[in-house]
Amino acid sequence: MAEKINITPWLILLLVLVTWLSLGQGTVPISVLDGLADWFTSTQSKEALIIGEIRLPRTLLALAVGAALGMSGAALQGLLRNPLAEPGLVGASQGAALGAASVFYFGLFAGAGTLAITVAGLIGAMLALLLMLSLSGTGRPSLVILAGLAISTIAGAALAVVLNFAPNPYAMQELVFWLLGSVSNRGLDSLVVLVPALLVGGIIIWMQRPLLAALSLGEQVAASMGMAVNRGSRLVVLGTAILVGASVSVAGNIGFVGLLVPHLLRPFTGYRPDQLLLPSALAGAILVCAADIFVRLLPFGQELKLGVLTSLLGAPLFIWLVIRESKRWP
Amino acid sequence: MALISTQSLTVDTRVKALSVELHRGEVLGLIGPNGAGKSTFLHALVGLESYAGKAESEGEDLDTYTRIQRAQLIGMHPQIISSAWPISVKDVVTLGRIPWGDEDETIIHEAMESAGIKEFSDRRVDHLSGGERARVWLARVLAGQPQVLLADEPVANLDIHYQLSVMDVLKKYAAQAHGVVVALHDLSLAARYCDKLCLLKEGECVAHGTPEEVLNESLLHSVYGVEVDVDLNRQPPVVLPK
Repeated sequence: MAEKINITPWLILLLVLVTWLSLGQGTVPISVLDGLADWFTSTQSKEALIIGEIRLPRTLLALAVGAALGMSGAALQGLLRNPLAEPGLVGASQGAALGAASVFYFGLFAGAGTLAITVAGLIGAMLALLLMLSLSGTGRPSLVILAGLAISTIAGAALAVVLNFAPNPYAMQELVFWLLGSVSNRGLDSLVVLVPALLVGGIIIWMQRPLLAALSLGEQVAASMGMAVNRGSRLVVLGTAILVGASVSVAGNIGFVGLLVPHLLRPFTGYRPDQLLLPSALAGAILVCAADIFVRLLPFGQELKLGVLTSLLGAPLFIWLVIRESKRWP
Repeated sequence: MALISTQSLTVDTRVKALSVELHRGEVLGLIGPNGAGKSTFLHALVGLESYAGKAESEGEDLDTYTRIQRAQLIGMHPQIISSAWPISVKDVVTLGRIPWGDEDETIIHEAMESAGIKEFSDRRVDHLSGGERARVWLARVLAGQPQVLLADEPVANLDIHYQLSVMDVLKKYAAQAHGVVVALHDLSLAARYCDKLCLLKEGECVAHGTPEEVLNESLLHSVYGVEVDVDLNRQPPVVLPK
């Protein structure tokens, strides 16, 4: 058993380090410190332009998306008491993807400019979530999984239709690339959507820490300890969907982060689901940001999409987890 | 005034018009065949089942309590319990503080002390034996310092050593001016540890009173359908099927 240690300070340290590396990573070698200083003081310089317009949005986005995915994974695994639960389970990812795809197809929200995809993605995620919540009723774990699967399937089918009838190959290519998941060329605008969603979803989940802890001993015990199990469960699902929906609508699908991060950190937090939330958010941010640095280091002509990288790395880890899980009692 | 009293408490067809009283310092035993409504009655008291009729604590209707207030007053040790995560013994006991919203170290240590689990407080709950674990679950309830402790077959599946140790913990807790309601299948233990007994059959109270009043051979025969040997004069008392 790994000793229960407070890993949060170490994660924060790592977060600062990886942020710094991310800001320094690019084709043009520049001084990060000068760039930041110039950007903050609105001084016109090459450094300020590169940092402020390209690297800072990209870095912040990677951090925010990673934090959202890490925290929602921890919350969902705690709620469902299943270490292999994944944020995509609630159907929010597919809903967001469908919403965003509709923008490419129908040209919705043309007035919103680059934010159109994000807004549509968020709406898609919320619709999927509302349908899922009304289907799953009480928020019982088995029903959440079933309802999430049902909604994912419907959204997936609709997405396939959209792809099938894509008006032109460029739109389709753009859509597929977007779905693969990336944080490049998103601009600071996306943060306007992502950060509030991150705060709202995060706070909703944070408030339910006693419930997540109590649920360790089952729904009956949690209810006997005065927890509003049904209402609280629905709030956790709501928070998760907001986090996942917002991050998917900004960055596309970045798989496995929400599944693996909480799973890997759990031993360090003494397996307590309530104490896993913050470390998971931090580690998710670190992981996505580090993965995004790695993507930029690759020498390919065409950039490897971030979501593709996390899937490539995550899938074998996932298989390893399944094997380990199957060997353990029960 | 009774710490807990119910008047015609009814849960659909599983518990029928049950009226019982529990006073401070008392252990009330619920006995009766499987399906007699023991668990359902306990669930109704803690608020997990909705019921008709009345349940009061010292004259206050339990319906007027908030969820949290009720959890602070009544703690339940359920029949079946497991931990989804391999958390430590101390963390399990700490969960018992949830109704109070704190993690009071002194109270948690007291609870572990009373349940006799202090020496393995750092071990993982999934690495314990069934008997050790039973006392951990009990310590979790003790940590909530409920005025009323409900225990649903707390000695099922335990060896005789742990049966006595769990019952001793419950008896001692009741003696500290609390009330304990315990569902039991072992009638000898019921005779030995309970101040009052309520014999249930198909949701109805067949007999209610001291062990001497409830544990008689003809009554037990009519409820369980087997001949029973009762010797309450022995120390400890013995109630065994023939």
